[in-house]
Parts: sequence; C-alpha cells; structure tokens
Amino acid sequence: MNAVVEKASWDEAYNFAYLDEQTKRMIRRALLKAVAIPGYQVPFGGREMPLAYGWGTGGMQVTASVIGPSDTLKVIDQGADDTTNAVSIRRFFKRVAGVATTEATEEASVIQTRHRIPEKPLKEGQVLVYQVPQPEPLRKLEPRETETRKMHGYAEYGLMHVRLYEDISRFGHIATTYSYPVMVNGRYVMSPSPIPKFDNPKMENNPAIQLFGAGREKRIYAIPPYTSVKSLDFDDHPFEVQRWPQACALCGARDSYLDEVVLDDKGGRMFVCSDTHFCADRQEKGHRGPMAADPAAGAFARSSDTSARKEGER
Amino acid sequence: MSALMLSETVGTPVRQPLMRATGVSKSYGETIGCLDVSFTLNPGEVIGIVGESGSGKSTLLNVLSAQLSPDTGTVEYDLRHKGMSDIFRLSEPDRRRLMRTDWGIVHQNPRDGLRMDVSAGGNVGERLMAIGARHYGEIRAEGLDWLAKVELDASRVDDKPKTFSGGMQQRLQIARNLVTRPRLIFMDEPTGGLDVSVQARLLDLLRGLVRELGIAAIVVTHDLAVVRLLADRLMVMRHGRVVEEGLTDQVLDDPHHPYTQLLVSSVLQV
Repeated sequence: MNAVVEKASWDEAYNFAYLDEQTKRMIRRALLKAVAIPGYQVPFGGREMPLAYGWGTGGMQVTASVIGPSDTLKVIDQGADDTTNAVSIRRFFKRVAGVATTEATEEASVIQTRHRIPEKPLKEGQVLVYQVPQPEPLRKLEPRETETRKMHGYAEYGLMHVRLYEDISRFGHIATTYSYPVMVNGRYVMSPSPIPKFDNPKMENNPAIQLFGAGREKRIYAIPPYTSVKSLDFDDHPFEVQRWPQACALCGARDSYLDEVVLDDKGGRMFVCSDTHFCADRQEKGHRGPMAADPAAGAFARSSDTSARKEGER
Repeated sequence: MSALMLSETVGTPVRQPLMRATGVSKSYGETIGCLDVSFTLNPGEVIGIVGESGSGKSTLLNVLSAQLSPDTGTVEYDLRHKGMSDIFRLSEPDRRRLMRTDWGIVHQNPRDGLRMDVSAGGNVGERLMAIGARHYGEIRAEGLDWLAKVELDASRVDDKPKTFSGGMQQRLQIARNLVTRPRLIFMDEPTGGLDVSVQARLLDLLRGLVRELGIAAIVVTHDLAVVRLLADRLMVMRHGRVVEEGLTDQVLDDPHHPYTQLLVSSVLQV
C-alpha cells in the first residue's frame, strides 16, 4: 500500500477512489452486513456523487468502497462498454483511483453494471456491482416503508405473487420482463435491479460476489458466492426466460440476450447481442451472423446503444 | 332435558367461547374511547354494537381486532392450536397471521379494505397467496367461486375495484375476507354509504353467508335495522360504556336504559 501511495497514479486532488476513508468504512460495514444476510436491504448513509441520481450513484459508491489500486475495472450499461454512462463512470474511476480498466469480462476484477449481467460466466474472486434504482421489490404494491419492512421481517411475501397473478390474468403469462423478483437463500425476496429476467438464472449459484447499491434510496444488498437465487413463479406458470427466433445478426450467437435495432422506416430490423464485448469477442474468433459483412449494420448496432433506453430509472 | 345436559357435560367438552373481552378500556389522553367493556362471543354468534357517533364503537372494534392495543383489560381468542390466548401477548407475526387467516375485517370504506389497483380476482386471491397457495389455476377458480357467492358477475373478475359500484366493492371486500374461511369477522358500518335497496341486498347476502358458514361476527353500526337483521345479541354503547346488552329483539322491543329507549324511538318510521 505504501508503495502505491508513494507514486500515486490518480488525481491527487481527490482521496483514493473519490470518497473519504470514513465514508468507505461505513459503506464496507454495510456491505459486510449485506453479505452476511443475503438479500436483506441494509440502509447506509448515501453520499452525493458528481453524477445525478438515477445514473449509478449507488453502484459508484459501492465500487469506490471495494476497489483497490491493483483492481481492474469494467463498466457496462445495458451490456455495452461504450455508452455514455459506462464511459463516464469508467473514466471517473481511472481518474480518481488510477485503476486499470478493461472491456473484457474475464480480465476484470470489479464489474459495475447497469441492467445486465455479462454473458461470459463469472469466476471466483470477481465482484459484480449493480446500479439499483428501486431496491424495494414490494414498493409498487405496498407504498408504506414501515409495512414493507415488516413484510420482509416476517417473510410475508404473498403480495409478490399478487403482482404475478395480475400479470397472468391480464396477459395470460407472467409478462414481467425486467426487475423480476427473486427469492434469495430461501428467505428474502429481492429486486435483482432492472436486469432482464433472461439474466435471473445467472444469479443462482454464481461464484462471484454480487453487490447492489441504490444511491437515491440509500440501500445496499448483496448475494454472496454460491447462493440460491430462485425466481418467483406459480406451479402451473413456471418461470421462463425470453427466447428469440433469430440469432445475433453480427456474431450468430443463439444463447445471448438480443437487442432489437430498427434499421429503416420500412420495417427493417436486426437483432444483435446486447453484451458488446461478448459479441466482439465471438466475431474475432470467426463467428459470423447473417449481417456481419455489412459495415453499416455494425455502425447501427453501436449508435443504437448510445441512445439506449433508460427504463426503470426514471 | 336432564339427559341432554348430562351428556353435554360428560360426553362433549364444555362449549368454548370464541372470544372473551375483559375490562377493556382505551382512552386518547383525556378523551375516553371505551371504558371497562366485557363480553363473551360464542362460535357462530353475531354481536351487534350500536350507539351514536363518538360513543366508542369503532375504538372498541379496533381494540378487539388487534388494530389498537387497549390501556387496560384483555382480549382473549380461541386459537386453533393453543386455545384461549391473549391476542396482545402473541408475537407480532403470529398476530398478523391470525388477522389474515382466522379473522376478517370488513371496513366501512372499501378503499381501506381493498387494493384498488389490483383486479377483483387478485384481491380475492391475495389471502390465499399469503398463506402459500402457488397454483394460479386453483387461486383463480377459488376467486371465481367467491365472486359467485357474493353475487358478482364472473366476467368482472379481471376488472379493478375502482370500476365497481359502492355496493359491489363492499361485496368484493366480503369475498376477499371470507376466502380463507375465517371463524370471526369484524364489520365496521358494513352498509354505510350505500343506498337502501343495495343495503338490503348486502344484508341479505351477509346474513346468508354468516349462517351458512357458521361465522361469528362483531358488527358495529348506528343503523338499528342492520342489527335487527344480522345480530343475535346487542350491546348499546354510550360515552364509551356499554349501557345495555341482551338478545337483539329483547333490547330493541323492550329497551330498559333511557338512552336505548331514546335510540329506539329515534328511528324514523316510513
């Protein structure tokens, strides 16, 4: 540590990783408690970050508290490494912590994410930090905080199924596609943050540590490695993830989460991997999708990512 | 007759009351809510509580239904597994479980008792899901069954209660409460705010359900016609105290206390 301090590689106008040491200690204590009680929302004294609420202030505070000078950081926003939000958060930590950054999932030790879990399976020792807009899965059904705390405390989760019931009665199937509630370690119902339900099964038994930070709501929660994470469902309407009839137009992957990209105003569209690093990696290895030869398609895929929707955060 | 009494004492256990209140008092600072109220409720029995506004009826009902804790006195309830127990000594999760399984609470304003942005079927199914039902088809079938029992059209099962009329909302609230087959149901002015023809139908329905299912009920109302139709026994409250109690017909036809006499004679005759 001394050696690092001697030749500081970050902007020394700031403390290492922006937050002061006392704040980081406070957040680490909250994180320890969160890891000890999987799925339980721990309140913490959220700080102002140089970023608006809804853009990842919670995730940034968690990242700032767990990151060290030798870590390698990856930041993704809806799966993409090159969108505004991801680029600015990555640049922020490069400046205030001097850490190495990467786009490769397997090289990163800390991954901050908004709305996706990388397609490439995570390993032991990696930390996945989620940005969470609304940590309370029961909020839409029960507006009183005092009441939701009791419901968590006494494990009264019937109301969560009322929400799924409403889905089936209206649409004939469970139409919730993101922020799909999960039961963690058989005890706490948790919001997985607005990731697509496609990613829910990846949380189950994951070797990485998963940390969730909600800046506006000032809550932290966590899933320790190898923890049971079950998506809620009905016996006669089991949990299912999204499937696409198409393969990725650029890399031909059939098992990844696809974004729909409108190409023109005549109904033309293509489906591409939302995880840009996964897609680029596959193309490098020689996998080709039906539109891979078209240079315009690649450009389209990138430009549509930068204007990615911000549903669930507003 | 004597043989019957003998067999009752020897063969079957002595009839156990469902709820027993002893010396219940609740005041709000200087203001008295209810004072030294004691009574026993037997299984399947309907007790009416009448009195003017501010007489402490609702305070008493809130204490009995564990929504308010009393200053002094006890409320005991015959729990399925433990027998008579003081409901305020139960742990909070146990009390909450009791309130959503063995009890039902019908509020005067359906907005307090229903989830207005959840469909009728979801409202009825909520208690089932709360006690662990996880089969959509069964929950829905049960919901439809209860909608039929309270005379709501099955085609409205996916409509939200805010599109329902006042009378329909009240009936939906009753279905939502009865779905777990409670043994005791609390009703606070169940017909308040409804017009008379709707009131009559609702009372008819309630009377049928209570008799058919053998549910005990405590009904708070200022409407003597409601207790005449529903209640077996009657308690008349004034200034927080019970001033007269007895069989409904007895109290209404031969009131002893001056206040009860005033109350009975105040009813408008058409």
